[in-house]
Amino acid sequence: MTYWEFLSENGGRFFDGTLTTAAQFFLSAIFAILFALIAGLMKLSDNVFVRSPAVVYIEIFRGTSLLVQLYWIFFVLPLFGITLEKFTAGFIAVSMNLGAYGAELVRGGIQSVPKGQWEAAYSLSMSPAKRMWRIILPQALVNMLPPWGNLLIELLKATALVSLISVADLMFEAKQINGSTFLSAQAFGTALIIYYIFARLIVTPFMRWMERVMARKMGRV
Amino acid sequence: MEDYSNYPLQLDATDRPMVRFQNVTKRYGALTVLDNLNLDVAEGEMISIIGPSGSGKTTVLRMLMLERIQGGVIYVDGTPLTHEAKGGKLVEASERYLRKAREPIGMCFQHFNLFPHFTALQNCMEGPVQVLGLSKKEARERSEELLEMVGMIDKKDQHPSRLSGGQQQRVAIARALAMRPKVMLLDEVTSALDPEVIGEVTEVIKKLVKEHNLTIMMVTHQMGFAADISDRVCFFYGGRIEEQGPPKELFGNPQKERTQQFLSAVKSAD
Repeated sequence: MTYWEFLSENGGRFFDGTLTTAAQFFLSAIFAILFALIAGLMKLSDNVFVRSPAVVYIEIFRGTSLLVQLYWIFFVLPLFGITLEKFTAGFIAVSMNLGAYGAELVRGGIQSVPKGQWEAAYSLSMSPAKRMWRIILPQALVNMLPPWGNLLIELLKATALVSLISVADLMFEAKQINGSTFLSAQAFGTALIIYYIFARLIVTPFMRWMERVMARKMGRV
Repeated sequence: MEDYSNYPLQLDATDRPMVRFQNVTKRYGALTVLDNLNLDVAEGEMISIIGPSGSGKTTVLRMLMLERIQGGVIYVDGTPLTHEAKGGKLVEASERYLRKAREPIGMCFQHFNLFPHFTALQNCMEGPVQVLGLSKKEARERSEELLEMVGMIDKKDQHPSRLSGGQQQRVAIARALAMRPKVMLLDEVTSALDPEVIGEVTEVIKKLVKEHNLTIMMVTHQMGFAADISDRVCFFYGGRIEEQGPPKELFGNPQKERTQQFLSAVKSAD
């Protein structure tokens, strides 16, 4: 069987798997950004009751294995009465894990904004929320974008683990195809290429575009 | 714990400077930067604060806008700034109170601190729209008027990264004025500028003094400029006011030895 015959026979399943991976990626990315933002801001608080939950979250999810976290969320949480559908469990686990890394990026990005910016915003009597949202965060975002580009690629690759709780993503389909055709090189090779194209031709250009947009906002073009 | 019962909750109309420092002490850890400072600034007065580095001169401005104090009370326009009245006596102000009390004060910084993601015009509109609640249209009119005044109207749509230091500082002055402050704090506003653009900023400040009834407190290293436009000059040394007076007297005939030393050192450096 040539590779083209292999592809025409199994292309549909690769396509379905890719769509699921894309869905997992986008949902994980959105929630990871949300978790990162919340935990990153909480970690900067002076109030110990606000700060400590963020510290605990970051420590647990950065300090343990994503695969174990995924199994916990899918297999163990039901014992405590929280049952998640496998698709949901998948992107929740991935986003909570990568969000913990992202929280440190948010914290670092905010701290890298010069003190003078806080003082200038304060001298206009801006409220703490407006100060953060309108003055500090936009500048922090500029500093954060390059590392976030890396993190999102990590996140894409991490979504492959959801195949282990039987979410029918790209990796899951590749395994199935391998199981029925025994063409391991073709099956996993194709998956590899699709992941690479996804990262290289979608995620990275998108982040570059974001960086350009932000540079324009800063008048740095 | 200091007893605040001797401090009035509100200054009398007969004795009501725009800014009053009463027995103000500022410490950073064990280091006392300002020691029992007493200073009144009248409405519409322009005072310059000079002194060697480490004398506490910048701290005077920072206490009004950015930092808390460890002793005494600061009043602005007759009302306590650093403290609020609770149950008939003064207690240390909450964050919210402080922010509100600082609304009538504007500040310009040595390094301008313009918001880099906003244009010059957006920088000026930010406070009026977000804090004072003006409509975009009103804020734009007010900001354009001020940018006109500082000679920056042609550059209103430029981001700070496209402006020279002198231009940025002029926009920063317009931004502070857009809040319609009663008191303006100028913290070494020309110190970070190239010599050839200092003039454009001092011109704007001169105009400000002449045309607006603003109370201005300026920390500066430019003695000539301070002599030119101040009503009064305060020489700070070691966290205290060593000597103060009209510029003619302080610069022309300084009484204290430290003042003389400082002024002659500055002169020989020129």
